[in-house]
Amino acid sequence: MIEVTRRYVMKFPPDSADKALTYKLIKDYDIKFSILKAEVRPGRTGSLLLELEALPENIQKGIEYLEANAVICEPLGKKIKFEASKCINCGNCTGVCFTGALTMDRERWKLNFEPELCVVCELCVPACPMNLFDINFHEEEPEKIAVGN
Amino acid sequence: MSFKKSYEEINEKIRKGKAVVLTAEEVSAMARELSPAEIVKRVDVVTTATFGAMCSSGAILNFGHTTPPMRMERITLNGVPAHGGLAAVDTYIGATSENPDNIKYGGAHVIQDLVEGKTVELEAWGKGTDCYPRKYIKTKISLETINEATLFNPRNAYQNYNVATNTTSKIKYTYMGTLLPGMKNANYSTAGELSPLLNDPEMRTIGIGTRIFLGGTVGYVVWPGTQFNTSKEKNQFGVPMSNAATIAVIGNLKEMSAEFIRAAYYEKYGVSLFVGIGLPIPILDEDMAHRVSIRNEQIETTILDYGTAGTPVLGKTNYAELQSGEISINGNKVRTAPVASLQKAREIADLLKKSIQDGKFELTAPVAIFPTGTSLKKLFETEGGER
Repeated sequence: MIEVTRRYVMKFPPDSADKALTYKLIKDYDIKFSILKAEVRPGRTGSLLLELEALPENIQKGIEYLEANAVICEPLGKKIKFEASKCINCGNCTGVCFTGALTMDRERWKLNFEPELCVVCELCVPACPMNLFDINFHEEEPEKIAVGN
Repeated sequence: MSFKKSYEEINEKIRKGKAVVLTAEEVSAMARELSPAEIVKRVDVVTTATFGAMCSSGAILNFGHTTPPMRMERITLNGVPAHGGLAAVDTYIGATSENPDNIKYGGAHVIQDLVEGKTVELEAWGKGTDCYPRKYIKTKISLETINEATLFNPRNAYQNYNVATNTTSKIKYTYMGTLLPGMKNANYSTAGELSPLLNDPEMRTIGIGTRIFLGGTVGYVVWPGTQFNTSKEKNQFGVPMSNAATIAVIGNLKEMSAEFIRAAYYEKYGVSLFVGIGLPIPILDEDMAHRVSIRNEQIETTILDYGTAGTPVLGKTNYAELQSGEISINGNKVRTAPVASLQKAREIADLLKKSIQDGKFELTAPVAIFPTGTSLKKLFETEGGER
């Protein structure tokens, strides 16, 4: 078995701050991970983009463990919506994509999109003149209405 | 005696299905092996194309008269202001006009919606006159319900264009795309050796009346485009090294396709329209064969700093370097990205090539050629400074 690298967007529930969830990933499942992006809002959900590197079965067990602790785990590719059928291959998005997830095929001049290289910087979203990218890193919750006024 | 062909001779070959047609990229590759003297004998027509954002675009529409009739003085289409100063029921909807309530939707989107067969809400106001008593209308129109719909673009297909980068510490949102701070990217828009006006830089065969591919149908060059400038410095290969000549084009919007007419919105800039143009060049003589043989590495352009007022010049590059994905600016390696679609431009050049090969598209000699010795004027202020 060889180790693989997978990127997941994980949404942590508000009460998870006091649990050593990611520590368990390292200790019990031997997963190396890098935090590529984090948005933690105290008292509300936190979102992490994690790159996991481990044996595939360990990644699966780690994800199952997190899910058992109310963490929502989704492969990165599922969080990025791209309407490829409407793409005109203009290349605007490749200009801002510094990780190389969006590149031009320099033979056919078509867009190559490799979601696995994405770090969810979201620069492509406004850069696309056709508005074809929709990235949902953290689902915005409706602002809580203050009690009393 | 050098070999020459007339338009009529080329059209006769087209009618017989015997014309030899290549795209500008194909003929540039051929020119590595063959001289212009050989190419003029073998090739009759070269197709060029571009598919890029062309802000100076729009459509002339005639809605038909209401009962009682109305003189439309203020007009919106899906909330986008269209020109009201054009008789009673004519309008010009400019591609970059924006809906004030939704600035991401503009004239270009109205044009694309119409091309896609969608209905568009027309709202119009007039003061009411004896012969045009009606003062207000709100109704739905589509390309089927209105009289004429004519795409008329005053400035398209720029002969070369600058490369845009940004030396400042702030991200810049421009019509040349999003420019990252610290010169982390450089964007270019011209299709290089496939670009129409770079294949006939002296405009010998492109003039008033030139039949072209426009937005998926047949269109025409009707005039030199606005800001038509023949005074830009040319390099040793005879092409201008920055944006120079342009063309005004016209065609029947009702026959166009959203494959080749696409609305765009640029963050913190505004709306524009991607327009597909294909332009055939007759290989009349050795000079034209030489012109269409130009290759990407021979077409130079100017790198400008779009982050700094006055867009200072940072250097020069060429389209072989730009298309390689990286250029050097003052010793810095900078990643490049196109902002116009070479893939779509090639599709258009191939479609036009096939139309000509199939005898469906004949070439036209210009009714009049374009002026030479033109340059641009600046707008000077007579009434004090910026407020």
